[in-house]
Amino acid sequence: MSELILDNIDNNYVSVIPAAEHSTAAVEESHEHLKYTVETENLAVSFFGREAISDINIKYRSNTITAIIGPSGCGKSTFLRALNFMHDLTPGAIVSGTIKIHGKDISEYDMTDVRRRVGMVFQKPNPFPTMSIYENVVAGLTLHKRHKKSHLDETVEKSLMLAGLWEETKDRLKVSAMALSGGQQQRLCIARTLAINPEIILFDEPTSALDPMSTAKIEETLHILKKDYTIVIVTHNMQQASRVSDYTSFFFLGKLIEHSKTRTIFTSPKQKLTEEYVIGKFG
Amino acid sequence: MYYLLIFENTFTIIETEKKIIRSSKKFSDIVFENLTLLFAITIIVIVVFICFEMFKDSAISREKFGFGFITSEKWDSVKSDYGALTFVYGTVVSSIIALLIALPISIGVAVFLTELANSITKTTVSFLIEILAAIPSIIYGFWGIFVLAPFMRTSVQPALQSTLGFIPLFQGATAGFGLLTAGIILAIMITPIITSITRDVLKAIPVSQREAAYALGSTKWEAIKMALLNAKSGILGATILGLGRAVGETMAVTMVIGNKAQIKESLFEPAYSMASVIANEFAEASGGLHVSALIEVGLILFGVTFIINSLARILIYSFTRKAQAR
Repeated sequence: MSELILDNIDNNYVSVIPAAEHSTAAVEESHEHLKYTVETENLAVSFFGREAISDINIKYRSNTITAIIGPSGCGKSTFLRALNFMHDLTPGAIVSGTIKIHGKDISEYDMTDVRRRVGMVFQKPNPFPTMSIYENVVAGLTLHKRHKKSHLDETVEKSLMLAGLWEETKDRLKVSAMALSGGQQQRLCIARTLAINPEIILFDEPTSALDPMSTAKIEETLHILKKDYTIVIVTHNMQQASRVSDYTSFFFLGKLIEHSKTRTIFTSPKQKLTEEYVIGKFG
Repeated sequence: MYYLLIFENTFTIIETEKKIIRSSKKFSDIVFENLTLLFAITIIVIVVFICFEMFKDSAISREKFGFGFITSEKWDSVKSDYGALTFVYGTVVSSIIALLIALPISIGVAVFLTELANSITKTTVSFLIEILAAIPSIIYGFWGIFVLAPFMRTSVQPALQSTLGFIPLFQGATAGFGLLTAGIILAIMITPIITSITRDVLKAIPVSQREAAYALGSTKWEAIKMALLNAKSGILGATILGLGRAVGETMAVTMVIGNKAQIKESLFEPAYSMASVIANEFAEASGGLHVSALIEVGLILFGVTFIINSLARILIYSFTRKAQAR
């Protein structure tokens, strides 16, 4: 039976895996010396007393991309949002356990400081509608204090460059952000996050509302960002997980079932559940 | 379909034949459409009719005083010399005072209700605000006469005079009845409107916007600032609705403004508003000219309201246009 399943995997992912194989192989070696940027111990989140995720023990290395996969409602987003205090905004949400960022407990940081270190890009592009492209990119900076115009200009150019939006928008930075297409808006949101110079960027299904072209562009951006940031991406799309990530965590019913190198997860997962999900038996 | 042909400086429009495809309409739809159209036209007819009537009935006054009616401070029914400037002044200044007091309070309350309050406080405060809006203006007027005006005379006005007395606005006799008291009564009356609309506007901002602000590391205050920026056109609309009510408010203002046709620097001095003078004098107006003059005051009140609303429209339009495509 398991032989058969493995055969299936090979057939299904034959076009995807070879590309990922090179990158993960290289990553494995180069990452050994890197320290962990994010660590969680016994992390649990409950809403109004009902546990959504529990016993999450995971470690993320810097300069890697980790994909979080799992069926709807398995707690992927809940986990992601715990990492930058986003549950503070949800009524009835209680987060317990330990989260460490750079080895330091998250509760020792100032809350706003955590959110600045841990940037987040959401499922639906959410630029500020009353602001121009320029204003959107620097929104995170101008919120806190005044900055020199030269500094802002520089940040806008750098962030938009990194997010792959500079060429399309450099002539119309004063135009409203709403004039951009959905994919461009999402890249603008990425640029906005980059502008505050975080160390970790969380992506909550960043491409699920976008067309394939925009998706490809954002995946390209992810690869570039990996050089400087730790990236965690929640995705419904398993091809995307295998394309972009070095590591993959599989969540099911609020538990972390398996966390391993992406290639391992997709070719020879240790857990039967992972295997079944990856080949599309459920989910 | 039109083709535009351009031959060196001259152009011609050529119409070609085009078959237009229309869906056939059900009879009931046609009836429904025309019925709603009729209702819509009613609104236009009412506005035009009111305008026309006031214009017609103020003819005597308009012919006698001309444009000088708006610029004259005199209002003397014995000598039959009428001018509306004092009333325009009273209305505009009391409304501005009301807005200056009500706007910050309303925004504060709305922000508290949407962003900070727990559900019990939220329900209670919201309910009380609606109650406040439902109180008839004559009750506000009563309260103004018996509670607010004496309190203004004995406490607020002396206090203002001793601290800000160097400004002409806060000099002179502290009578209790006057522009400032009228402004405060109006402020209390328009706060519920501005608050509830601002609250709804803030509530309508999607959660994703809030999350975006928080994810950028903003504090609660910074996120609220962002929400307010987002909602500015809605808040402006709320303000204008409040202002509209303040400008037209009659009873409560009449009871506390002092009803004296004069323009004085001090806000403590009694004054008169357009709506008040019409209410006070219409019943015992002596002769055609007096009535005509009062109707012309009404016409000006209508005009002021119209101008305020138009300005608001233009402002909101420019805001939203900026937001959509700059």
